[in-house]
Amino acid sequence: MRAVIPFIAVLVLVLLAFIGVEVGKLNFLFAVVIPYVAISVFTIGFISRVVKWGKSPVPFRIPTTCGQQKSLPWIKDSKIENPSSTFGVIVRMALEVLLFRSLFRNLKTEMKSGKIVYGSEKYLWLAGLAFHWSFLFVLIRHYRFFIGKVPAFIGLVEGLDSFLQVGVPLLYITDVAILAAVTYLFIRRVYLPQVRYISLPADYFPLFLIFGIAASGVLMRYFYKTHIVAVKELAMSLVSFAPKVPEGIGVIFYIHLFLVSTLIAYFPFSKLMHMGGVFMSPTRNLTGNSREKRHINPWDYPVKVHTYEEYENDFRDKMKSVGIPVEKE
Amino acid sequence: MATSKIIKPNELVVSIDYKPPMKWWMDTPAEFKPGMYCWGAKKKNLDAVNFPNARDWSPKEEDWKLPENWQEILIEGLKDKLGKYRSFRLFMDICVRCGACADKCHFFIGSGDPKNMPVLRTELMRSIYKRYFTNSGKALGRLAGARDLTLDVLKEWWYYFYQCTECRRCSVFCPYGIDTAEITLMARELINLLGLNTDWISGPVANCYLKGNHLGLEPHTIKSSIEFFLDDIETITGIKIEPTFNRKGAEILFIAPSGDLFADPGTYTAMGYLMLFHELGLDYTWSTYASEGGNFGFFTSNEMAKRLHYKVYAEAKRLGVKWIIGGECGHMWRLWHQYLDTWHGPADFLEVPVSPITGTRFEHAKSSKFIHIVEFTADLIKNGKLKLDPTRNDHLKVTWHDSCNTSRGMGFLEEPRYVLKGVCNNFYEMPENTIREKTFCCGSGTGLNASENMELRMRGGLPRANAVKYVRDKYGVNMLGNICAIDRATLKALVEYYTPDVSVAGLHELVGNALIMKGEKERTIDLRLEPLPGKEGKE
Ligand code: SF4
Ligand code: SF4
Repeated sequence: MRAVIPFIAVLVLVLLAFIGVEVGKLNFLFAVVIPYVAISVFTIGFISRVVKWGKSPVPFRIPTTCGQQKSLPWIKDSKIENPSSTFGVIVRMALEVLLFRSLFRNLKTEMKSGKIVYGSEKYLWLAGLAFHWSFLFVLIRHYRFFIGKVPAFIGLVEGLDSFLQVGVPLLYITDVAILAAVTYLFIRRVYLPQVRYISLPADYFPLFLIFGIAASGVLMRYFYKTHIVAVKELAMSLVSFAPKVPEGIGVIFYIHLFLVSTLIAYFPFSKLMHMGGVFMSPTRNLTGNSREKRHINPWDYPVKVHTYEEYENDFRDKMKSVGIPVEKE
Repeated sequence: MATSKIIKPNELVVSIDYKPPMKWWMDTPAEFKPGMYCWGAKKKNLDAVNFPNARDWSPKEEDWKLPENWQEILIEGLKDKLGKYRSFRLFMDICVRCGACADKCHFFIGSGDPKNMPVLRTELMRSIYKRYFTNSGKALGRLAGARDLTLDVLKEWWYYFYQCTECRRCSVFCPYGIDTAEITLMARELINLLGLNTDWISGPVANCYLKGNHLGLEPHTIKSSIEFFLDDIETITGIKIEPTFNRKGAEILFIAPSGDLFADPGTYTAMGYLMLFHELGLDYTWSTYASEGGNFGFFTSNEMAKRLHYKVYAEAKRLGVKWIIGGECGHMWRLWHQYLDTWHGPADFLEVPVSPITGTRFEHAKSSKFIHIVEFTADLIKNGKLKLDPTRNDHLKVTWHDSCNTSRGMGFLEEPRYVLKGVCNNFYEMPENTIREKTFCCGSGTGLNASENMELRMRGGLPRANAVKYVRDKYGVNMLGNICAIDRATLKALVEYYTPDVSVAGLHELVGNALIMKGEKERTIDLRLEPLPGKEGKE
């Protein structure tokens, strides 16, 4: 059930776009209004979410230390896994964000004839990496639609992405990778009992949505040819705030665009915000040198304590009887 | 020992099933299984520290004697915490439920209970956050993973947030560093607003507040406990040691976890401290007021923790010492390292620690002004200032337990190993995935080391025991070394249960054994007053 509802939801989205364009002729709505709304929701939503996080302070310096601290000079400290300098933190964060360092540690815990064993488990890391990097590449490739003269680096990305030189048009590796990775992530979610148990509709929905986006994109590029020039015209008109919907763009494009718009608008309200959140995680982005540099808690307040004076008042006689010095005789 | 009353180790292991039940977790209220939870806090102990809703109650009873508006109190509390802790706010929002943390928790590994998967433990809280603080949760309810705050939910919180030892192992593996320990801290703060503490935590907290230490040792008792150790040391070495208490003008204040004064094998560790400081002629003092380095307050609320650790700097100031050495303890060091200076600093009335023996300046502690005793000892050994005879530990084959707090909240990994290798000849590491930053909890941290929840402890300790068993079978290991007072108490029960031929020792016990003291007599017994193999005949 938790997977079925989101699946139906995505199907409904596809149908909405199809009927809207084919029957309702609402091309302007789907090509212009909805994308503009989606982008606005995304921008405002994303920023306000980050601001909300930012408003909550970091009262204590609580990095999860994954390596040796900096202490005595002859003990080699782990400059990245337990950084004591800002530079170390930057490297640690870069490894997290770009290479998913922590996920790379993943292990599989199993019980084998009464013994617990820990095996290496890199598939989640691999699929995650393939997914996110493909997504990024695909995004960069799309940039060519929004710009008059296509800059050289886009050509470079495209060249890299299609270096296998198969098919006409040339097959992009990231197209295959993203579909494969999303499929893997979905299968994993339903196949592994523990992961299935923790999964919510909100975990399936983005998977189906992204699958739909990638699949419709692939269909457009390799199978049902879309009027590329018209698409670019539309994209350029959107970014120059003079929206104009050209004739002759196939309905599949509208489906693609509608799913993308949905994803973008859904983003700030969902777990997809991990994209912004990962940079702000206090267990990763702080130095571990709390004894060297004092960390300030902005909401610190005085607390009720039991003073020495009160303590001595309670125990003065007992202290004196065994020769422990006291302040007041 | 209470372990004898519970399920047998082999039965325990076969009872574990990692496959979650058919029924989804939101439809499965917590079932309170005997042996898996602690008794409720007593009225007098909550009153002692002015905690709300103090009353005698039992988690077994239907009626938890909650205030009328308990939901309101919790939601208000939740709002307050969200505004105060970025970690909390963020971790409520960004989990993708990838499950990487799921099988990393020792309680899940040892129980198979799906709600002990860190991600699900957090969902217990996140579902409430969503319901009351997000639009999607308000509108879509269950579909968005949200649910109402009912009495069942509250009981579930109590049950499962006292089945987390805040060990942070999950956080090592999470791609966003989501630390379930942070969630547990918040959850415990919240349920403490309703007086829902456990007896085993609230008792030590009250003691620590009023008497200076968890065990409630009064000044004269502290002195006599230590004198008792001194007698033993004299028996072993022929040397009479005379430490001082609450002495003004000493150079160094030494603060140990009070567990070391109370029960073996912690007491042997305390003997080690005493022998080392005496041998060096260190100008130091104990304090009966600041007689606890640990802090059970942290297992209830940040404020309580801050209240309990006030005495550290306050006593240093009163006595006019220059700096502080802290003893071997786990959560004590997470707090001293990551919290204490923030709570009660700046300690500008103290000086940057400088070892009077080696002249080493401990730059890494230049703000906080306290160092770990193992840092101090490692520096001594490195500089050749200690005469050591590691063969006195030759009857021991030692493996090393990294405590959660010092490993993942500090990064204290090499110093203890360096000292260990300096004082004993046979050292064997446990498997790589069970040590250092990936170390496994003893299963009884954060105040879960009571006796009524022994099954929980043995389940939580299973991964640790499993690794100990591995090195015992492979290398004949018979000693489990550590630097944590809770470990010395809890691992003792754990090895008794799973690997009875292995004992537990603090690091400074082994130091004390190996330490050649000026003017000592030929040693024939170790700090446990047991014969030293190969040395018996020499008397
Ligand atoms: S590893 Fe992190 S993101 Fe993944 S389920 Fe656990 S807490 Fe969530
Ligand atoms: S902090 Fe430790 S005990 Fe708590 S959920 Fe994480 S792994 Fe389990």
